[in-house]
Amino acid sequence: MKHESIEINSGLLIVLTLAVISIGGLVEIVPLFHIEETVEEVDGVRPYTPLELRGRDIYVREGCYTCHSQMIRPFRDEMLRYGHYSLAAESQYDHPFQWGSKRTGPDLARVGGKYSNEWQTQHLVDPQSLVPESIMPGYPWLLEDELDYSQIEDRMIALKRVGVPYSQSQEEYDANVEQFGQEMADKLHVSNATQVLEDQAAAEDWDGKPGQITEMDALVAYLQMLGTMVDFSKYEDGHFNQFR
Amino acid sequence: MSTNAVPVATEQYNYGIVKKFAIMAMIWGVLGMLAGVYIASELAWPFLNFNIAEITFGRLRPVHTTLVIFGFGGSALFATSYYIVQRTCQARLWGGKLLPEFTFWGWQLAILSGVLFYMAGYTQGREYAEFIWPVDLLITVVWVAYFAVYAMTLVKRSQPHIYVANWFFMAFILATALLHIFNNLQVPVAWNSLESYALFAGVQDAMTQWWYGHNAVGFFLTAAFLGMMYYFVPKQAGRPIYSYRLSIVHFWALSFLYMWVGAHHLHWTALPDWVSTLAATFSILLLLPSWGGMINGIMTLSGAWEKLRTDPIMLFLITALAFYGMSTFEGPMMSLKSVNALSHYTDWTVGHVHSGALGWVAMISIGSFYHLIPRLWGTTLHSTKLVFVHFWLATVGVVLYIVSMWVAGIGQGLMLRAFDQYGNLAYTFIETVSFMHIPYVVRAIGGMFFLTGMLVMAYNIRMTIAGARQPASAEGHDAVAAAAR
Repeated sequence: MKHESIEINSGLLIVLTLAVISIGGLVEIVPLFHIEETVEEVDGVRPYTPLELRGRDIYVREGCYTCHSQMIRPFRDEMLRYGHYSLAAESQYDHPFQWGSKRTGPDLARVGGKYSNEWQTQHLVDPQSLVPESIMPGYPWLLEDELDYSQIEDRMIALKRVGVPYSQSQEEYDANVEQFGQEMADKLHVSNATQVLEDQAAAEDWDGKPGQITEMDALVAYLQMLGTMVDFSKYEDGHFNQFR
Repeated sequence: MSTNAVPVATEQYNYGIVKKFAIMAMIWGVLGMLAGVYIASELAWPFLNFNIAEITFGRLRPVHTTLVIFGFGGSALFATSYYIVQRTCQARLWGGKLLPEFTFWGWQLAILSGVLFYMAGYTQGREYAEFIWPVDLLITVVWVAYFAVYAMTLVKRSQPHIYVANWFFMAFILATALLHIFNNLQVPVAWNSLESYALFAGVQDAMTQWWYGHNAVGFFLTAAFLGMMYYFVPKQAGRPIYSYRLSIVHFWALSFLYMWVGAHHLHWTALPDWVSTLAATFSILLLLPSWGGMINGIMTLSGAWEKLRTDPIMLFLITALAFYGMSTFEGPMMSLKSVNALSHYTDWTVGHVHSGALGWVAMISIGSFYHLIPRLWGTTLHSTKLVFVHFWLATVGVVLYIVSMWVAGIGQGLMLRAFDQYGNLAYTFIETVSFMHIPYVVRAIGGMFFLTGMLVMAYNIRMTIAGARQPASAEGHDAVAAAAR
């Protein structure tokens, strides 16, 4: 076939172009949904509790991903600075993923537990008060604004639709008890959501303002959970290399 | 219709829609680059965040990227593609008056509402695809209309042959549709909620996003602007394209190869290694068709090099191709895993993007607009001297930008992986932030240079259009007025 026949036929040009641009994506993306090793089996990774989920929504809303990654690479310097490299399983409930592409600030994949709640709150309100050279904006409104959790059940149901195992039926609840233990399964049950959220906000004084549930409570709860789900001491050194 | 209308062009072609998009491209360009200068300044002088939620870096950054890519770039592409498809097909734009108008108002509404939503805190949290789901739906409808207008104009062409610029625009329209749809699969929190969650998660979501992200570069910011290049470079040079065969080869190679390379944004992450190796391999291969396009464009000027001394529009077009060549060399190099280990997450990437975005995309658009706008309004440019001024402001701006980001990026990359004699990390993270202060200041100044050039252009264009309206009443402005005379 001469190339000229494409140049004089717009239909053919469109069909062939479409064929040519489809191949790359098909070969690279489709298998990721089918190959089992894409996401390794790890104990401990669970969906977010209602309060953490709202915290994550705020993280996305404020565009934290434009300066912070959540993806530690398997390099000596990164492992010394941030901890064990990130596993695919650790972001398996992240809709959308927040791996990021730029570190204007440090990686946050394992920031959970590194600082106290008080530090996190103070740092978010006024970063330069703790780190004078920091170029991070302050987020004082997070401490003022009441957390809106009126749609928490809708949010969990929407996430359940895309595959996050929040439970609505007894059967789903039982499966969660088996996988995550009863205490966690209770927190992942949609109809408990409001109560669970309020309890978690009250249980720890995330933002230093007891009696009020602010956006800061949710964001700090989310940050303090990041990277803490997998207990790496349970695995031998190099165990996860087989999945790379 | 009328027999005494002076230039047939206005009746034969729909220039009204081209003018509208061109003017909006200028407006979004100035606003988008202003937002860019502001967020660059926030990184240099963080007090500029003023503790105001709407203008913090995290919310303004997507405002900047959306305004320059989709506002400026998108409107420039609508304008030039509608112009080129009519001129090269010798056919009036399909869809009557209504459908092209719909693409205009729909697109502008999407841009405006999109960025206002970001500032109010509504985003999908996907880079370069932050539009919330209702805006995504609007864009989808606009895009289908755009495809229909474009494809049907091709179908009813009176030239037997489809000119090469149109292949690139068609690939851009098709690929953008594919990418937009698959990367924006979302489940809304409720039917009346602006918020939604992505259909995919984790690894699969990351792969889909960067398949989108890099092909937004490949098709939106490259293929389409090559379409622009294939029309305006030969026109401005007054010479045919250098090699027709080369344009065929590099069109198919570019279209095929680009779709494989997105995963080079995910080297060393939790993405399986085989995908990122494939992406790196295809990224290297991509150098060939990229340079094919650059060579084809630059060599079109062979035999007329003296134009570079006298014609600032040619200077813009050829410099754009030179930056295209440079950034498409830098890109494959950065996609090597060993280089990427250092460059990823640093400002080197930001500098690389801007050598493409400012050096290639903006400069080819600017050169094309200086050629196009006087012709649309049937006049000559208000001032050629100001085009020279603009050229030097833009070039100095890009060079300051790229060099400062090389320093910031490579410097930070080296500091983060440095160890002291005991094997401990040599620097804390915050020490690298302090180090980047001066490069950040220089970058902001580079951005200011580029923005100043855009303002000079806006003034020049404004005066050009004003000059066209004054003397000969409505020449080339409005077919009705021309016929009435």
